[in-house]
Amino acid sequence: MALNRRTFFKALGVTGVTLAVGKQSASGNSAKNNTEFFGVLYDSTRCVGCQTCEVSCAEANGLNPPTDTPEAGKVRKTTDKYRTVVNAYQTDNGEVYVKTQCMHCNEPACAAACLTQAMYKTHEGAVIWRGKKCMGCRYCMVSCPFDAPKFEYFSSNPKIEKCTMCYERTQEGKLPACVENCPAEAMMYGPRRELIKEARKRIVENPGIYVDHIYGEHEAGGTGWLYLSGVPFEKAGFNTGIQTKSYPELSKGFLYSVPTIFILWPAILLGIREGSRNNNENEESNE
Amino acid sequence: MNNTGSAIARDNDGKNTFKFLLSELKPKGKILTPFNIISLPIMLLGFGIIVFRFWKGLGSVTNLTQEVPWGLWIGFDVVTGVAFAGGAYVLTFMVYILNIKKYHSIVRVTVLNGFLAYLFYAGALLLDLGRPWNVINPIIGNSFGVSSVLFLVAWHFLLYMIAQLIEFSPAIAEWLGAKRARKILSAMTVGAVIFGITLSTLHQSGLGALYLMAKDKIHPLWYTEFIPILFFVSSIFAGLSMVIFEGSITYKVFSDQISNKDHKGHDSIIIGLSKICAVAMFAYFFLQIVVFVHGKKWQMIDSPMGYWYLTEILGFVILPMMMFYYSYTMGSVKVARIAAIITMIGIIINRLNVTIIGFRWDEAVRYVPSWMEFVVTLTVIFTELWIFRWVINRMPVLREAPSWAKEQH
Repeated sequence: MALNRRTFFKALGVTGVTLAVGKQSASGNSAKNNTEFFGVLYDSTRCVGCQTCEVSCAEANGLNPPTDTPEAGKVRKTTDKYRTVVNAYQTDNGEVYVKTQCMHCNEPACAAACLTQAMYKTHEGAVIWRGKKCMGCRYCMVSCPFDAPKFEYFSSNPKIEKCTMCYERTQEGKLPACVENCPAEAMMYGPRRELIKEARKRIVENPGIYVDHIYGEHEAGGTGWLYLSGVPFEKAGFNTGIQTKSYPELSKGFLYSVPTIFILWPAILLGIREGSRNNNENEESNE
Repeated sequence: MNNTGSAIARDNDGKNTFKFLLSELKPKGKILTPFNIISLPIMLLGFGIIVFRFWKGLGSVTNLTQEVPWGLWIGFDVVTGVAFAGGAYVLTFMVYILNIKKYHSIVRVTVLNGFLAYLFYAGALLLDLGRPWNVINPIIGNSFGVSSVLFLVAWHFLLYMIAQLIEFSPAIAEWLGAKRARKILSAMTVGAVIFGITLSTLHQSGLGALYLMAKDKIHPLWYTEFIPILFFVSSIFAGLSMVIFEGSITYKVFSDQISNKDHKGHDSIIIGLSKICAVAMFAYFFLQIVVFVHGKKWQMIDSPMGYWYLTEILGFVILPMMMFYYSYTMGSVKVARIAAIITMIGIIINRLNVTIIGFRWDEAVRYVPSWMEFVVTLTVIFTELWIFRWVINRMPVLREAPSWAKEQH
């Protein structure tokens, strides 16, 4: 009995330390991050739906160029073959084009969901996927409110495909491929704070052109991609039901209760056991 | 594990153990039983599908989509299967923590069931992984995703399986005739039980917590921030219903192994479990009501999904709850068995409502599992039953422990 209790407490201690150290390293990540997140401001009033972004994205990432074109009434989706697509929407302002891709959330649900840190929010702001760590559980896909990560279902060595904000290109000092090649200059790459300032400026300086809202400023706790639109966002295919709290916030309460239960439960259980042992005979006759 | 191995070798002559193991590998009993005739072809087909799945990718055998990345293998095999395996932690709690000796005779078989369930449902998880060769990453290496609920669940599965193996190991030692090993292993039981109950509390609720971030994707009648608590409370009566159901079958199929005393005691065990089920289901029902009223979900009731929700609560929670209550007050084992079956169907419905039926309920094209997904699910269940039967026929699980083992107490 003595031996077994000792081993038990040893195990408990090890678990406790693991939990404590784990928590520390998690908070360490965000503390290290002194640099500002970079993002992209996308102005849908400037977009002409030419698909240059799609073509240059495919080129930069070694994927196939698109085979279909934006058409009002048809919703094109990003897939494991296309990291970005442009959709057309018929609105009161005429045809409106909207580009979709991963939103690169400030606190990404996919990265919080990932148990191997394969989905990873870089200090620069891009959310990237690291194949060496990924075990293909697809929990990132379940968690992402924008359905950004896509899985190669027809491969024996499947990858998760999604926009990486051209992380490697930006590390070399280049712009993301879509931003660089957009002929309409609908996109702007820069520190997120600057982009929000720029977006506000455009809204203020051009009354009547923009809806007074920057999609992505607060959605899902703030995203790296920011959108300006000339029509109400729900009319241009945006999911306006997205909460303004970050999505990892939803499971935080549960995760915080884990260390508490880990410490309280064994103590309570041992207590009950000791208490019920003396009443052994009584228990038996009661039941 | 190494310790155990060497202890056995010291107690037995090494050569004899090997010969003994070889002889035990041979099948016992009739080969052409109805169960074998049904299960074998399905298992062979299932293994073929599994090979094909690893060769051509998940999409070639499943109907999973980019919008619905988790289907039957997660929603049923893992999430529902683990709920059914909850009986092990409830029973070990009653026997080793509350010291209720009455349930001692069914602890071993329940723990074995729980252990095999975890072993195979974790196995089913491997089938669903796109890159299974990286499965060790969250266990070793430097990439701990500690902010992930799945990280917690993965670790808990692993640790709980070890805890259950320790809880069950005295039976293995008795089978091998390893006296000293048995003494050491049974001394570890209480530690393993306490650790196991703690782990179970966390991962039973953790399986529900997995879906917390999918807030916009699950039908609001089933999405609530209380999913973890609901999953935990329902795992109590899900597990016990499984114990009642499984007990009724094993006590018939393996009746030759069971002593007269145990046969007589079994009815009173079932009645006792009914009482616990009724109470746990009442708590669960009450929680559901609180969640429903608190979430202001009244206006959703008058819709197809609303009627489906009512069916689940009225037909598969309240009805079996009343039946369990009735069986307890009237002492009717038969009613308890029927109630257990209804409860189990209800648990399947509830877990699938969260994971599949209510997931992306508004999508134009719904996910419906392919026939191959069903065959693989059946293969997992049948393989587990084969191993279960193999163990029951060899180790002292249902039958009495050898006399030397009793003297050790």
